[in-house]
Amino acid sequence: MRPIFLLPTILACVFSFNGSALATESPPVVLTIHDNRFEPEQLSLPSGIKLKLLIRNLDAIPTEFESFDLSREVIVPGHGEVTIYVGPLESGSYQFFNDFNHEMRGSIVVTPNVK
Amino acid sequence: MLATSVIMFREVLEAALIIAIVLGTSRGIAGRGRWVVGGIGLGLLGALIVAFLANVASSVFSGNGQSILNATILLSAVAMLTWHNVWMSSHGRKYSSAVTAVGSSVQSGHRPLLALLVITFAAVMREGSEAVLFIWAIATGGEQSLDMLLGGMGGVVAGIMVGLLLYLGLLRIPVRHFFSITSWLILLLSAGLAAQAAGFLNQAGLLPSLGNGVWNTSNILSQTSLIGQLLHILVGYIARPTGIQVVFYIGTFLIILTLMHTCGKKRDKRLKTVKIPS
Repeated sequence: MRPIFLLPTILACVFSFNGSALATESPPVVLTIHDNRFEPEQLSLPSGIKLKLLIRNLDAIPTEFESFDLSREVIVPGHGEVTIYVGPLESGSYQFFNDFNHEMRGSIVVTPNVK
Repeated sequence: MLATSVIMFREVLEAALIIAIVLGTSRGIAGRGRWVVGGIGLGLLGALIVAFLANVASSVFSGNGQSILNATILLSAVAMLTWHNVWMSSHGRKYSSAVTAVGSSVQSGHRPLLALLVITFAAVMREGSEAVLFIWAIATGGEQSLDMLLGGMGGVVAGIMVGLLLYLGLLRIPVRHFFSITSWLILLLSAGLAAQAAGFLNQAGLLPSLGNGVWNTSNILSQTSLIGQLLHILVGYIARPTGIQVVFYIGTFLIILTLMHTCGKKRDKRLKTVKIPS
């Protein structure tokens, strides 16, 4: 028995979730990188909603957007942008930073979503 | 300069530890060195290509591509580690006697040499591309860049040293415990890598997060601490995991454990049926 065959099975499982995951699409929240800072440094988001986060790098050097609290890790090329998904999150504070420059940091503050 | 070496150290550490583990666990297998070196070489090449694409064709990185690439690399490593471990559990014990004789290597039909190459390739490419981008960023950063590059080199050396220490430590394990200890190491490492892959697929919007309030031990053991990071690499410790990561961790753990037991039993049966006629 070759466990190599696990991979297609795992991938099949992954893509079967695809439809349901994309159903909750919303307009992106924009986070800008400019002059070695995140703008805004604190993002406020409602809880329980899956959001698209567009990270736009206006600087020439690449940034690695990373967050242990959110399990996110993505490289934003210089003068480039990337889109990642975040959440749904519970209320609380979530730190993120630039893994290439730890002085660049910010946080996402999630407050209860009142409907 | 210190900050730079810490960052490079962290980038190199994961690859160094993974290589140390596969080298440590595959001792006694003939030709493993060449395959591991090949994996490192291909990994560095891949890292340069990825870093180049990130700079030149940043649009390739704007969609899901980056996250899916990371998840694919991690899941291939998991598949190969599984193969390696299952193979070791069905053939490994007969090496126990062989590896005690210094310098002896055992030849066999289906040695998981390709697995060693793919695992090394995956580890080096993933961490290497980040390291290259970071170096590139500081090299173009201005007046302090030489100082920082030296710091970065220091970090690389330190990362490799820790890997070397782990490798030497693994070699000191007594042979009768060797296979059970190393197979548990690989089992936990694989489950951790699968959880990382789940994070990337969730980040790409391809998997649901299944909540993020499973637990939060950031205050007790932060992933930014050295111990937290070591545990993250070696056993997949996540201070604040999403539900899907926990599912992937447990699922991978159980699948590999089951495969190891099934294949281990088959081997025992074979040995028994050989013994009966004699």
